[in-house]
Amino acid sequence: MPDQRLFFTELLGLKVFDLKGRTLGVVKDAAIVPLLDPVRVDRYLIGSGAAWLTVRHDQVRSVSLDGIHLRDEILTPYHSDEYMLRVVRDLLDQQIIDAQGRKVVRVTDVTFEIHQQDGGEVLWVLDVDIGLRAIFRRLVQGVLPPRWTRRLQGGIPPHSIRWEFCNILEPDPQRRLRLNISNRLLEDMHPADLADIVEDLTPEHREAIFENIDSEVAADALSEVEPNIQASILESLETEKAAEIVEEMAPDEAADVLAELEPETSDEILEEMEHEPKEEVRELLEFEEDSAGGMMNTEYVALPENATVEDAILALKSNEELMETLNTLFLVDAGERLTGVVPLARLFLHDGTIPLRSLAVETLIDAPVTEHRDRITELFDKYNLLALPVVDEEGKLAGVITADDIISVLREK
Amino acid sequence: MWKRFRYHIAIFFAVIGPGFITAMVDNDAGGILTYSQAGARWGYLPLWTLLPITVLLIVTQEMCSRMGAVTGKGLSDLIREEFGLRITFLVMAVLVLANLTNMIADFSGIAGSLEIFGIPRWVSVPIGAAVVWLLVVKGTYASVEKIFLFACLVYVAYIVSAILVKPDWKEAAIYSVRPVLMLQGAYIYMLIGMVGTSIAPWMQFYLQAAVVEKGVTAKEYKESRIEVIVGCIAMSVIAFFIIVACAGTIYAVAPRDLQVPADAAAGLRPFGTYAYLLFAAGLFNASLFAACILPLSTAYSVCEGLGFESGVNRRFREAPIFYWLFTLLIVIGAAVVMWPRFPLVKMILFSQVINGVLLPFVLIFMILLINKQKLLHEWTNSRFYNFVAWASVALMIGLTMALVALSIQDMMRGAS
Repeated sequence: MPDQRLFFTELLGLKVFDLKGRTLGVVKDAAIVPLLDPVRVDRYLIGSGAAWLTVRHDQVRSVSLDGIHLRDEILTPYHSDEYMLRVVRDLLDQQIIDAQGRKVVRVTDVTFEIHQQDGGEVLWVLDVDIGLRAIFRRLVQGVLPPRWTRRLQGGIPPHSIRWEFCNILEPDPQRRLRLNISNRLLEDMHPADLADIVEDLTPEHREAIFENIDSEVAADALSEVEPNIQASILESLETEKAAEIVEEMAPDEAADVLAELEPETSDEILEEMEHEPKEEVRELLEFEEDSAGGMMNTEYVALPENATVEDAILALKSNEELMETLNTLFLVDAGERLTGVVPLARLFLHDGTIPLRSLAVETLIDAPVTEHRDRITELFDKYNLLALPVVDEEGKLAGVITADDIISVLREK
Repeated sequence: MWKRFRYHIAIFFAVIGPGFITAMVDNDAGGILTYSQAGARWGYLPLWTLLPITVLLIVTQEMCSRMGAVTGKGLSDLIREEFGLRITFLVMAVLVLANLTNMIADFSGIAGSLEIFGIPRWVSVPIGAAVVWLLVVKGTYASVEKIFLFACLVYVAYIVSAILVKPDWKEAAIYSVRPVLMLQGAYIYMLIGMVGTSIAPWMQFYLQAAVVEKGVTAKEYKESRIEVIVGCIAMSVIAFFIIVACAGTIYAVAPRDLQVPADAAAGLRPFGTYAYLLFAAGLFNASLFAACILPLSTAYSVCEGLGFESGVNRRFREAPIFYWLFTLLIVIGAAVVMWPRFPLVKMILFSQVINGVLLPFVLIFMILLINKQKLLHEWTNSRFYNFVAWASVALMIGLTMALVALSIQDMMRGAS
């Protein structure tokens, strides 16, 4: 039934009547108290004369286009409350994140659903409205009677976001807690989508998001953000939090990000990091950005020359965190010099006792750490590589460049 | 020699940022013709306006880049968040209207410059519109922007010309600092046009968005400010020499109104047969440059303010309003110019007057925004800034009212 819906543009300015049907005032704002109930309108703020009064949801008998009728008329004066999410003040015309559509949108109107509860009517937030239809309602609000507006808007396609997919932006950490804003929706998103959203926000909101989400998610998302924004985000964070995020990033990406920062800031962050990732990142920072050393990653799996397929499987089990992207194993001699490259898939076709040596690709292709970026992309193209080992002056395995690094390089051009 | 040339190009591009680009686009068809007409009809008289215009230009441009750097938000976003939807809608309507007239002016510029080469407008305008649309939609605009900018060097021709025609420098110097006020319709019309073309409403939205896009923060803002000021001064210097050149070549012979864009080429007479070529090249480049930036910047501002999807990296289906808006601005702008015997110069000048009349609407909201402590913190306006800005609003409204009053008076006289 369409009458079960009420738009905020209709609620605003609605007359409030007491038990005897006398007008007490008009609705000036509505507030949700997320700590109590994330969807119910908890309070209506009523303007009567100069003062504002508060109507609790359980004091309302009925809500309709004709007005709000009360069943209890002992109202308290309104005083500002940090726990309240007020529609006009905090929601209308502000930006929020649409977690399902994965974009930043601006709230134009709010749709409520009228529900029966304990013998009275309450409003539940159903949708946040964006787009032309809501704009039309806002423009004619108070000019055309609501029933005309409803009829006229039928010709305009609606555009709404379910309330449960809305993530409200609030830079103040204290207030985030009081409003019970979680980052669950953001943490469930693909990091690349989160990165796109972050790029659309203001520095203040970017900081708020990165301060609060899980460091692992933050690291994944930060890797996908544009370099100059990466730098400004890390600079805005507390050093400790920044170090936590950088630790979670792949060492090559961490080095790229740190290279964008002011030297003092990147030193401070490095200081805060755990010993092992710190050393790896430090070493990578030594290389020129457009050399093989600057592009490579130090997360790889290398085995001694005489290892067997079984040894390889064991080694993989202890490097589980690399599994998502790993496609190549490396063989090194006693001096850690690279001697062979084994495509991961070949392991599945052979018995555990077979030596890896016999599974290695025929021609060993590698690159010195000083090789220029353009030459590296040529190698990938020419030999159809998925991964390219990088060796230092002594022929020791230093790192690996993967195809996704090459795609980023090519996209930048 | 080649090395030095390359070095100069490097310097040229090093100083270029949002502020400088805005200033160069500001000298579009509307700018060139308004300044030329001012010099041709009034001689050195209008020169005094350039000083206050430069101050106001710096003040407004600096305000926008400061707001962008401190808040990280575009001007239309801020208007929406602070003043609500209805005000945003009104300001966006103003912006679209002003920019529609600018698009007409720029297509007039394309038509006028190519008519000098004998290309009729029913050929040049549709092709121009198609080129603009494709440059923007295919995303190739960014790569040609530097070519447009480099071609702006053609304005140097005005400086050379102004010197070669041996103008009355003493008179030029005196009128540069001596304000002349006349309660005459045509004079006030010219004044509003001068302000409107120098400080157009679109620039405020474009510049602030560009500063945000570039990721300038409050800390790095000082460097940005220098660039903005340099851009503003460069624009005014060009305006000064266009006026002097036209005063020296046209006004000195016989003061008159320009009838067709080619008339303004007389301002470059010292270049002999090349005058028309130089003028046409300058006008064409300026018109095409502005015709690319204006619809795009308008569509972005409107969509951001009203909350529609925007961006040329989105597909048509994802951002229909964005695409429709800038397509319509181009199509309508071009179609109007195709009208047979469309008075190019008159309409170009008129469009700049419209910009001047609409400017206060945007300025008022800018001043209100930039004085909000909760947005700008310690970066709110100083008293001097507020004084200049409010005084300009009052002045522009005053001039508009005077113009309206004088026009009504004229009409009454005509009727009786």
